[in-house]
Amino acid sequence: MSDHEYTPSSKFGKWFNDRLPLLTLGKHLTDYPTPKNLNYWWTFGGILTFCLITQIVTGLILAMHYVAHADLAFGSVEHIMRNVNYGWLIRYVHANGASMFFLAVYIHIFRSLYYGSYKSPREIIWILGMIIYILMMAAAFMGYVLPWGQMSFWGATVITNLFSAIPLVGESIVTWLWGGYSVDNPTLTRFFSLHYLIPFLILGLVVLHIWALHVPGNNNPIGIDLKKPSKDTVPFHPYIVIKDLFALLIFLIVFAFFVFYSPNILGHADNYIEANPMVTPAHIVPEWYLLPFYAILRSVPDKLLGVIAMFGALFILVILPWLDTSKTRSAIFRPLYKQFYWFLVADVLILGYVGAMPAEGIYLLVARVATAYYFAHFLIILPILSRKEKVLDVPLSITEPVLGGAVSASAVRQKKDKL
Amino acid sequence: MSEKKVKRREFIFTATYAVGAVGVGATVWPLIDQMNPDASVKALASTEVDISNVEKGQSITVLWRGKPVFIRRRTDEEIAKARDVNIDELKHPEKDEDRAKDPEWLVMLGVCTHLGCVPLGDKGEYGGWFCPCHGSHYDTSGRIRKGPAPTNMEVPKYEFVNSNTIKIG
Repeated sequence: MSDHEYTPSSKFGKWFNDRLPLLTLGKHLTDYPTPKNLNYWWTFGGILTFCLITQIVTGLILAMHYVAHADLAFGSVEHIMRNVNYGWLIRYVHANGASMFFLAVYIHIFRSLYYGSYKSPREIIWILGMIIYILMMAAAFMGYVLPWGQMSFWGATVITNLFSAIPLVGESIVTWLWGGYSVDNPTLTRFFSLHYLIPFLILGLVVLHIWALHVPGNNNPIGIDLKKPSKDTVPFHPYIVIKDLFALLIFLIVFAFFVFYSPNILGHADNYIEANPMVTPAHIVPEWYLLPFYAILRSVPDKLLGVIAMFGALFILVILPWLDTSKTRSAIFRPLYKQFYWFLVADVLILGYVGAMPAEGIYLLVARVATAYYFAHFLIILPILSRKEKVLDVPLSITEPVLGGAVSASAVRQKKDKL
Repeated sequence: MSEKKVKRREFIFTATYAVGAVGVGATVWPLIDQMNPDASVKALASTEVDISNVEKGQSITVLWRGKPVFIRRRTDEEIAKARDVNIDELKHPEKDEDRAKDPEWLVMLGVCTHLGCVPLGDKGEYGGWFCPCHGSHYDTSGRIRKGPAPTNMEVPKYEFVNSNTIKIG
């Protein structure tokens, strides 16, 4: 990034900027050179920022009316829905906003997987992203507990009990997490406190995520390093800003559809029954965005190994940059990786589906095969592909394939020969 | 600087770090321990249950420490079934005699040892309990027979105060 020295035009601007260079930062953000071939899959970073701010603003408002107490929480949520002015709207935006947040983050992650955005020199961006993703899951889980319905209560019971699988200290950890001998009022109040904290941790990590991004600059669909600024880049403002806003508008149509036409379709009817520690609902299922991991947990017949497999499925993503060591970033130039990428997408969708089904018979069998494939993809297929795959020739610049028609390997080779 | 002085300085550094670490630890401990069960939670440690109305083959569920406790008055057939098991075949070998002081009364935490759901009674392949969450089957002694749960359902500390009352805890 060549940050040429910036001098504000106004006298006050100069005085201020000399003391706190906010205007320099603003200038850096608007001029930030961006690859000119970014497609719509690259708009989800902006969409995710919007989602985070939406969750913080609506959450702040809900906290003004919600009461974090085992006897009052369920009633206070209904109070928000019925009595508070526009309470129904704000709660439905917050609840569906969580799902929209995950929808966007999954697209964002799979974008990275397809175009190799996690590879050198962007490993830290990727790891920060994975930490954000894990914190998002923690925040979503604790948020789901707050209405204190049946799914809240039993979801909290099952998830906190995962820690009881830890040898020796497991039971003590679970008691410590609960603040008692079961999920109860102390659990609810601490979850509320942490649910309020985590979004601000995420916000801080998002700043680091973007900072780390601005060091090497954006990856791009053909996954080559660019000279910046050059013929291959455009300034962030107005080009990318407008594109991001247009994509956000489309995203908001989907968002509004859920909020206004089917606000409860992503939830579970059981959560409109107040928490009852004596009765477990017949089917307890986590929210849709956690289902693939839930399927992995259930596919292992041993408690400790199941928990290890579930957390391992997440951890394996963190170390991905060192499992896939192919120098070619984009799947466009990796014919075999491209196929296995789509197998992985299908595998995760299958895991999500069987995660929602009862853990028996054919579903259990499918879950086991899909779990094995998930790990094989990262631990066996990617390392082998990194060494054996014959990759296509990568163009030398973005402009080249645009001006020279389609990317053809022979054209690139000729060009190289001329050079 | 002489050799001796360097050693002395290193010693002072190490000692300072050590004292600092103890200080930080002592400061952080209250912040962590506040999350453990508080005095009011611990105070609810025992409960007395009237069992005079429970007929053979019936069970009642009571709440103790926020958890359901199953109290089942077992039929002769259930007792026989529970005792007629080769305990070497069990995942968590426990004799029924050790789980039920009075063979007629089975008292245990109604909490699946897998992830804490409440199993359903009179269900499952072994005529005992079945956990709907992740499919663990328990026998008529509450012992794990099939599924992901690692251990038998826990028997809490309890005693018969008189023939009609059980004190749990």
